[in-house]
Amino acid sequence: MKVLVPVKRVIDYNVKPRVKMDGTGVDLANVKMSMNPFDEIAVEEAIRLREKGVATEIVAVSIGVQKCQETLRTALAMGADRAILVLTEDEAEPLAVAKILKGIVDEEQPGLVILGKQAIDDDSNQTGQMLAALTGRPQGTFASKVEVDGDSVKVTREVDGGLETVSLKAPAIVTTDLRLNEPRYASLPNIMKAKSKPLANKTPADYGVDTAPRLKTLKVEEPAKRQAGVKVGDVDELIGKLKVLGVVA
Amino acid sequence: MKTLVWVEHDNASVKDATLATVTAASQLGDVDLLVAGSGCAAVADEAAGIAGVGTVYLADDAAYENALAENVAPLVVQLMGDHDAFVAPATSNGKNIAPRVAALLDVVQVSEILSVVSADTFTRPIYAGNAIATVQAPAGKLVLTVRGTAFAKAEKTGGAGTVQAAAAGGDQGLSTFVGSEISKSERPELTSAKIIVSGGRALQNSENFHTLIEPLADKLGAGVGASRAAVDAGYVPNDYQVGQTGKIVAPEVYIAVGISGAIQHLAGMKDSKVIIAINKDEDAPIFQVADVGLVGDLFKIVPELTGKL
Ligand SMILES: Cc1cc2nc3c(=O)[nH]c(=O)nc-3n(C[C@H](O)[C@H](O)[C@H](O)COP(=O)(O)OP(=O)(O)OC[C@H]3O[C@@H](n4cnc5c(N)ncnc54)[C@H](O)[C@@H]3O)c2cc1C
Repeated sequence: MKVLVPVKRVIDYNVKPRVKMDGTGVDLANVKMSMNPFDEIAVEEAIRLREKGVATEIVAVSIGVQKCQETLRTALAMGADRAILVLTEDEAEPLAVAKILKGIVDEEQPGLVILGKQAIDDDSNQTGQMLAALTGRPQGTFASKVEVDGDSVKVTREVDGGLETVSLKAPAIVTTDLRLNEPRYASLPNIMKAKSKPLANKTPADYGVDTAPRLKTLKVEEPAKRQAGVKVGDVDELIGKLKVLGVVA
Repeated sequence: MKTLVWVEHDNASVKDATLATVTAASQLGDVDLLVAGSGCAAVADEAAGIAGVGTVYLADDAAYENALAENVAPLVVQLMGDHDAFVAPATSNGKNIAPRVAALLDVVQVSEILSVVSADTFTRPIYAGNAIATVQAPAGKLVLTVRGTAFAKAEKTGGAGTVQAAAAGGDQGLSTFVGSEISKSERPELTSAKIIVSGGRALQNSENFHTLIEPLADKLGAGVGASRAAVDAGYVPNDYQVGQTGKIVAPEVYIAVGISGAIQHLAGMKDSKVIIAINKDEDAPIFQVADVGLVGDLFKIVPELTGKL
């Protein structure tokens, strides 16, 4: 089956985000950007499915500015076969992204779409579920294990109390959790090879989608700072503090 | 405005996450509840007792037993004909179902709100809680998920809601529930514990978690949490994970043992009232948010602490 993997270009997870002084957002100028960590896990899972003979073709998609091409090249270097860049200057919201992805799903007819469970910038955790709704397909969110057997996809999900397993009718939409796998690094030869893999350029209009944000961001602020604390010298002093706090009698 | 709140439950009783969600929803207007499940009439009766609620819709059908989003979302959409907002806790069920509902209604969702500024304006954390955005939703129906630690819990009793059956849409035939492995614990549930003792990679194995972290937690009547590193290494199950992508907690006291304090971990616990850190590296980032810090080897400190309590 064909596997579609949407990937997002986000601030690198090691960078501490800085809020802009004018309160309009987070400063991304000259900040290191990378593939969203959950999407790396999604790409890795698709590649593993190909290694098991389940996936026949892996198509990576990214929606955003021209630089998202780099994110797609990373996916191609990891092992995706071809890529689609849907170019927009808007910060497309999950609903708009899901609508574009639906257009691509209609065109490409993948047997499985694997997304990350959330992007570490907007922390929305919505796109996969919305895509499942729009395509009328089942969803296996927060996956820590994916097994494809014919046209049924068994997904083990990380839920509040532990783990839960569901069986989905393909084509299905899966979103990855951290425990699904450990993404591989792209080797230098593969990075070189990725440069000549096909990358198609599209626009939201090609799928009849308007990416103008519907939510209005009125302001972005830093969270309240915590008061500086104290260091204690030993366990007795620590217990003294716990007593003052009323944690122990 | 009329809101419909997703009741988080296990087919036997109402879960605490529901209560904070009711508080958030009541800041928008009248609160109705949805109890979807199987053999869950007792849950609906309990839910009707929550202070301030109106109608409790009871959808009791085998199709809803495990809260599969494919079956539940159409049910919610049907009830949204009479409601202006769907409000769910940011639990795994809430996060799974709400966006499916939003897309079916063709509206954007506001995830994990921290406060209700006005009927269409909310604050929410972005970038692992390193920034707080104030966002305004467009006119039309609202879909929200609520961060439980950011709202007080509604009273569980004193309400006079009326239970009303909701027409079940049945099984959509897209997904089936296979089974679950729910971790059993006698300790307080993480998201509602007053005290939490959390362990990190420094614990080295699950044995040390059992012999060091758990006895300390038991002495304090605390819940047990963990960093991602400890979960990935298999010391404890995944549902112990505190952080951006695990559980968000805000207890009275959070004790971080052998946890460095990465951005993604802080995202889940930095709203705790008091943070205590035990770490042998005096430069560990956790000390920047800790109210009380003790620099030293946890293998010496923790047994001594547990012994002296
Ligand atoms: C997309 C993404 C999502 C993530 N989500 C989460 C999340 O939800 N929650 C989360 O926790 N992490 C998350 N992480 C991982 C996070 O970045 C860190 O890797 C993780 O929190 C580190 O765990 P740790 O502090 O236990 O381990 P380390 O960073 O290895 O820290 C161990 C600490 O123990 C101390 N130590 C070692 N030995 C001793 C001793 N004998 N006595 C006392 N102290 C000792 C060390 O000084 C060190 O500070 C995420 C990462 C990514 C990329």
